[in-house]
Amino acid sequence: MFLKLEKKKNQKQKKSETEKIKNGESAKRKKKSVLERKKAIPSALFLAPSFIGVMIFFVVPFIVVIYYSVIDTPILKNFVWFDNFIALFQNKAFQQASWNTLKFTLISVPLAVVLSLLMASLLEKAMPFKSQFRSFFLTPMMVPVASIVLVFQVLFNQNGVVNEFLRVFGMDKIDWFKSDFAMIIVVILFLWKNLGYNMILFMAALAAVPKNVLEAAKMDGASNKQLFFRLKLKYISPTIFFVTIFSIINSFKVFREVYLLTGDYPYESLYMLQHFMNNAFNSLNYQRLSAAAILMSLVMIVIIGILFLAENRFGKDVEG
Amino acid sequence: MKNEIKTQNISAGKIKRRKKGLSGIITRTLIALIFSVFFLLPIVLTVTNSFMSTTEISSNYGKIFSSVDDRNGREYIAETVNLKFIPDIVSFEQYWNVLLKSPDYLLKFWNSVIYVVPITLFQILVAALAAYSFTRFTGKKKTIIFFLYIILMLMPYQVTLVPNYFVSKWLNILNTKWAVWLPGIMSPFSVYLLTKFMKRVPNEVIEAAQIDGAGEFRIFWNICLPLCKSALFSVAILVFIDYWNMVEQPLILLEDSDMHPLSIFLSKINAGETGLAFAVATIYMIPNLLLFFYGEDDLVEGISSQSSLK
Repeated sequence: MFLKLEKKKNQKQKKSETEKIKNGESAKRKKKSVLERKKAIPSALFLAPSFIGVMIFFVVPFIVVIYYSVIDTPILKNFVWFDNFIALFQNKAFQQASWNTLKFTLISVPLAVVLSLLMASLLEKAMPFKSQFRSFFLTPMMVPVASIVLVFQVLFNQNGVVNEFLRVFGMDKIDWFKSDFAMIIVVILFLWKNLGYNMILFMAALAAVPKNVLEAAKMDGASNKQLFFRLKLKYISPTIFFVTIFSIINSFKVFREVYLLTGDYPYESLYMLQHFMNNAFNSLNYQRLSAAAILMSLVMIVIIGILFLAENRFGKDVEG
Repeated sequence: MKNEIKTQNISAGKIKRRKKGLSGIITRTLIALIFSVFFLLPIVLTVTNSFMSTTEISSNYGKIFSSVDDRNGREYIAETVNLKFIPDIVSFEQYWNVLLKSPDYLLKFWNSVIYVVPITLFQILVAALAAYSFTRFTGKKKTIIFFLYIILMLMPYQVTLVPNYFVSKWLNILNTKWAVWLPGIMSPFSVYLLTKFMKRVPNEVIEAAQIDGAGEFRIFWNICLPLCKSALFSVAILVFIDYWNMVEQPLILLEDSDMHPLSIFLSKINAGETGLAFAVATIYMIPNLLLFFYGEDDLVEGISSQSSLK
């Protein structure tokens, strides 16, 4: 399919070539376009392995997923319009999973952005052991979550350390993983894992704030607070936005932490969208699976679209 | 007279500022310390606990994993839970057990290696080729395809695993290693990052090689790749840690739990083997920590370049 595309491209180029000759373009121009045509072949060859792979494993089956989402069963193949989606919306488990995932996103994303910005601006200022601190902040990013869930289980078990600690203050035991507090543990684990990544993005952005502007503001007597809130924050606002979107996308992936902490069947408040998908996989419910995947991808496309639009706007702001 | 006062004022202000600077440094260091404790505590605890003997583990955490061997009450189980940083006696018992007595863990570790190493190497290779194509040859179609890659890269597993699953089913590779390998190798993530890096290779270098008569592949292999060495390394680290930590793909694509990587198996350790689990968890993070010590700066560079989508 791709080769065909390239052939078409060649044909088009040929056409434009002849047109150019007709228009009496200079010989130099003609030479260049021949060169460009020569380029199209290796270009396709270089891209081919990746492109074919992406087509086979992502794009083509995704089109089939779209098809599956609007038929009743892969055997009968009756066209049912949006019945699968309506059934999905009415599904209690789906509602629960969406609500939990949304709740998690709303709690964790603001924390992830603010705390990592704090960390980045900490490391920007004068401080002893700066590079060591940077390394410390980044280590969790490298460590697989599976390696440290054990510690979290020790900490938050019903007979765990946190409860022992609370008992000193005369509080009752909480079965953390089976309470409404369960979400908090997952948020902590999420932050533990993701703050370092965001911090690097913010550090790069803060380092790119033009020094002469900061100096000028300092000369005018601006305090550190003013420098930060009036100037730096403005300069790094595209990054803040980018990190926010990235954190939202990452927060959809939170299933991993929940699964490692609590296994296949978590407490109700930890039942995430990926759990729902896993159950649909296990029961081989292709319609539900396809409809949920399509719905999810639509939500993602909207989020990505916002990101792109905003980036275009921010880009203009900085240039202007 | 007036001037004197002014200079006095200025020097007083300087001292004040210096004092403020010092207290600022102290508070910042304190905050950084708190963050460090938060980040390092789970790792340090895992490592130190892995050097405890089985008896010590069950006497410390007996209450938590309470089905710990109840051999007629011979084993002492603590009433309260102790979170200990340093073991009473440093013992390599757990590591000994992992290496010699419980082949299960080593097998799962090997599974992880078998999945992650080929995925990392081949994803980088395929992606580098594609990235070269995206950098060297531009056009409207290329822009559209690149846009498609970005969208795919940002999709969560809830979306991408469904097509992956169907293809694996059609190709009859479900429940084989290929079901994890192939989508992993074709993942568009590193294409995007590598393209960003390759765009930084100065055009003059490539043009000079072209004039000397080098073919496209030679330019790619002998000029472009060596120039992007640190970028390749940083992307490889990112891919490696992502797949070393994978949970979703094997859960869905591999029914047979014998084929699962250690990242999943670790969470399924039963109560009697808590001590062992700490040792396995420690072993599991060693490759990542080594990569980190070796390539921290490359990694930071790699992530920094990600701060926008274009």
